[in-house]
Amino acid sequence: MKRLRLRTNVDNWLTYGLVIVAYIAVRLLLAGGNISYALQGQLVPITVYIVMAVSLNLTVGVLGELSLGHAGFMSVGAFSGAITATLLELLADTTSTTWIRLGLSTPWIRLSLAMLIGGIIAGIFGFLVGVPVLRLQGDYLAIVTLAFGEIIKNVMSILYVGYDANGIRVSMDSANALKLDEGGTIIMNGPMGVIGITKLSSFTAGFILILITLIIVLNLINSRAGRAIKAVRDDKIATESVGISVWRYRMMAFVTSATLAGAAGALYALNYSSVVARKFDFNTSILVLVFVVLGGMGNIRGSIIAATVLTVLPEVLRAFNEYRMLTYAVILIAVMLVRNNATLQHVYKQIGARLSKSLPTRKKGSEV
Amino acid sequence: MDFLSYLISGISLGSIYAIIALGYTMVYGIARMLNFAHGDVIMVGAYMSFMATTRFGWHPLLSVLFAMVVCTVLGIVIEQLAYKPLRAAPSLAVLITAIGVSYFLQNAALLLWSANPKSFSSVVPFDSLRLFNGRLIISGTTIVSIFVCVIIILALNTIVNKTKIGKAMRAVSEDKDAAQLMGVSVNRTISITFAIGSALAAVAGVLLCSAYPILMPTTGAMPGIKAFTAAVFGGIGSIPGAFLGGILLGIIEIFGKAYISTQLSDAIVFAVLIIILIVKPTGLLGKKVLVKV
Amino acid sequence: MKRKFYFTFVVTLALCLALLVGCADKPSKPTGTAPIKLGGIGPLTGGAAVYGIAVANGAKIAVDEINALGGIQFELNFQDDEHDAEKSVNAYNVLKDWGMQILVGTVTTDPCIAVAAESFKDRIFTLTPSASSPEVVKGKDNTFQMCFSDPYQGIVSAQYIQEKKLGSKIAIIYNNSDAYSTGIYEKFISEAETRNLEVVSTTTFTNDTANDFSVQLQEAQNAGADLIFLPIYYEPSSLILAQAKATNYEPKFFGVDGMDGILEMENFDTTLAEGVMLLTPFAADAQDERTASFVKKYKELHHDVPNQFAADGYDVVYAIYEALKDKDVTAETPASELCTQLIEIFTNDKFVFSGLTGNNMVWSKNGEVAKPPKGMFIENGVYVGMD
Repeated sequence: MKRLRLRTNVDNWLTYGLVIVAYIAVRLLLAGGNISYALQGQLVPITVYIVMAVSLNLTVGVLGELSLGHAGFMSVGAFSGAITATLLELLADTTSTTWIRLGLSTPWIRLSLAMLIGGIIAGIFGFLVGVPVLRLQGDYLAIVTLAFGEIIKNVMSILYVGYDANGIRVSMDSANALKLDEGGTIIMNGPMGVIGITKLSSFTAGFILILITLIIVLNLINSRAGRAIKAVRDDKIATESVGISVWRYRMMAFVTSATLAGAAGALYALNYSSVVARKFDFNTSILVLVFVVLGGMGNIRGSIIAATVLTVLPEVLRAFNEYRMLTYAVILIAVMLVRNNATLQHVYKQIGARLSKSLPTRKKGSEV
Repeated sequence: MDFLSYLISGISLGSIYAIIALGYTMVYGIARMLNFAHGDVIMVGAYMSFMATTRFGWHPLLSVLFAMVVCTVLGIVIEQLAYKPLRAAPSLAVLITAIGVSYFLQNAALLLWSANPKSFSSVVPFDSLRLFNGRLIISGTTIVSIFVCVIIILALNTIVNKTKIGKAMRAVSEDKDAAQLMGVSVNRTISITFAIGSALAAVAGVLLCSAYPILMPTTGAMPGIKAFTAAVFGGIGSIPGAFLGGILLGIIEIFGKAYISTQLSDAIVFAVLIIILIVKPTGLLGKKVLVKV
Repeated sequence: MKRKFYFTFVVTLALCLALLVGCADKPSKPTGTAPIKLGGIGPLTGGAAVYGIAVANGAKIAVDEINALGGIQFELNFQDDEHDAEKSVNAYNVLKDWGMQILVGTVTTDPCIAVAAESFKDRIFTLTPSASSPEVVKGKDNTFQMCFSDPYQGIVSAQYIQEKKLGSKIAIIYNNSDAYSTGIYEKFISEAETRNLEVVSTTTFTNDTANDFSVQLQEAQNAGADLIFLPIYYEPSSLILAQAKATNYEPKFFGVDGMDGILEMENFDTTLAEGVMLLTPFAADAQDERTASFVKKYKELHHDVPNQFAADGYDVVYAIYEALKDKDVTAETPASELCTQLIEIFTNDKFVFSGLTGNNMVWSKNGEVAKPPKGMFIENGVYVGMD
């Protein structure tokens, strides 16, 4: 047990180390001006997708439930975050209280508040969805998460939010129906989404969000609650029979996952000058699921690496011109085949055994 | 009268979902894998029929047969190359591979047939049925779709319950390892299941495009998701359930548009789905196992 | 499990790096005058690929023609954005690395809003062929449009319908998940109100439910609509026309520029579109020499009839060419300097451009184009001018 805990600790520190070293390396390269615009532009999306993948891994890998609607939580976070940031900016312009004005005109405070609100609202949605979802199992659960994602996409694309002297106005019909005063602003314009967002996100903010995510997720996994969650995954009935509240722990994992996805969504939205509901569709949910499966179920470090590589990959493939997405598909299939090939697995194992001779013995149970 | 005509529209739409869902459920029930590429095999089937009729000038029925042959071969090739090596892998690995195949088919279609939409001519030779002085119209495609659905259900029932390969299918869906021990070739059974599923996809593709005659590389994607929903809705692995789920999904969609809001039609469909699954957590016909394939 | 995973990733990474190195020396410079680098962005894959590919093809034809003339030389690098803002900004950055001097793009609206914010910051002149929302050009002095703006189309449509007395009871079917469609609808409905047009039914659909229109048509019919306004693209329009015909409902149909392309759809039964009216700046069967030669070239190269998007792409390159042909600009001119020059030219009253999508176009200070819309209707499978 002691050795297991030690190993877990080493494993966790390796994950933190990887993220921190990567961050420092990128910072150094940026300072030296050695990074192409293409990669610079991808830094924030990469951090967003890492957080998305790690949070989904909590549901899929640790809790063991297939979720096909993770982008729905991202969407909720993105829109509530973008609306919050825009409102705060308007507030900073209009308020007469000095400290509020000073506080709100600081970009990182607005960004933090937006991510916080985005996370909380997505968390609330996580709970609301969790109530019906967690009554179900397996593919039925998966289909309800898919349904949730589609509902969010549909509702967000007909949501109109405006702001004028009388406060916030919301409509589900059209921008005209908001009946804003002269000088009122439309913040969210249905299928056009939120437009004219002040870009607040930065690579450093993304890095901090990853660290917070890792602290939350890794501590949760290795805590008492985390062991209960894994017990629920491995054998629900046995867990129930020893008096652990299955519902409570499933809900805990689900809501945490949704909250983190919401914060990531806010970070994503504030990285571009516009964000639309269409972005957070079934394909985005699937994309994040691909990161998780490729990185390994329950393997947090794997999710981080997979999210990074697969976000950069389509950009790297631009050299293939019109064959780009075709090549991407082929690589995706090939990687899945190679990863799960029995003969190759044997070869890796042998290499692995040779490499790890000097290291303390690995227990098979700790492999994920 | 409006109500009846909406009901008929719902059944028309639903019959298309149902026919796609039948192919889905076939593979899903036996191989226990979510074949997200199914929607794209449908698209390929539709393109095949389109090419056969417009470019080679074949008879529509011949083009359907041609599409079925091509899709069966395609299904077998996909299965052998992409899914078979993953037989021992976790089911999610296969799911991701299926998504890879789906991307592949869509982009290959884009390169082969360009992004320009094609207008599909219906393969259904009948005119619409007009009742009450033309105030109620049932399109020929709807009648054919439902007819074909019934034939497929009967045929699948017979195959699954009466034949030797059907017995093997049931065994594989119940317990792969045990089936293997009993001398059932699991690989062969799953391959045959795929072949049948893909042939059904071709039929579904042709009927989908006969009902809604627009053909693009992304044509199969959304109907694929809806049909998957319908299959789960009806109860995983249940063949009549897939049919029922498809029809109901279509009716809910049309009624949602007609009586609540056209803006929210998707949200309504999926909300009703959630509510029904809360009340019946194993789908409409899931538990009863009328026909478990 | 972990180890083989890392192995795979190392292999993948190595592959990526190899590709990166491979493409580092890609842009090969043609001999002769160094060309000015035009970047293009639009969806070349995914559901909106039909628009992006058309723009890319049209722009390519224009570049080849201009290069053959001998004067100023252009080089076009067109990147895919999958109709997604994130990918579009990625594509933009790739083009920046390549050394783009002028941006032809982006093709679709919301990616264009995100990219235009970047090009505004970087001072790169941006002329979009088809992103039609006013938000695209709002607040950005360097962004211009080649297409009608959405509100303009909404207003002109209402004007046409009222002045020509095309219908007394109007139904609208629009795509409420699409910015283009919603943008036109909103202006149309407020303009219709001021013009006392009676709108009796308004229904919508989304990209995901764009197959069955029975409910929308039935509501229009029940409300007694004699004209249906379709501010949508031609793919769903073709389904609406077919389904209306199947139920013997025969109102007039009035479309916008998105309707263009319906006659060129392969295997489309053009009798369905008989009598459909639309406002469009471009018609592939127009008789003028330039259009004819463009259509011929396009057919030869791509075996398809060009749609309005292809013409927009073609015009964008020519507009840039017309603006720059007498100027002293080279491949060495910095993008920001080109940007200042081009803004000056485009906002100058004397700069008048005539292309495939309209004659005598001028641009306002805010970047919107002014050109007369052409009202057309379809008769015997061809467009005929309404006036």
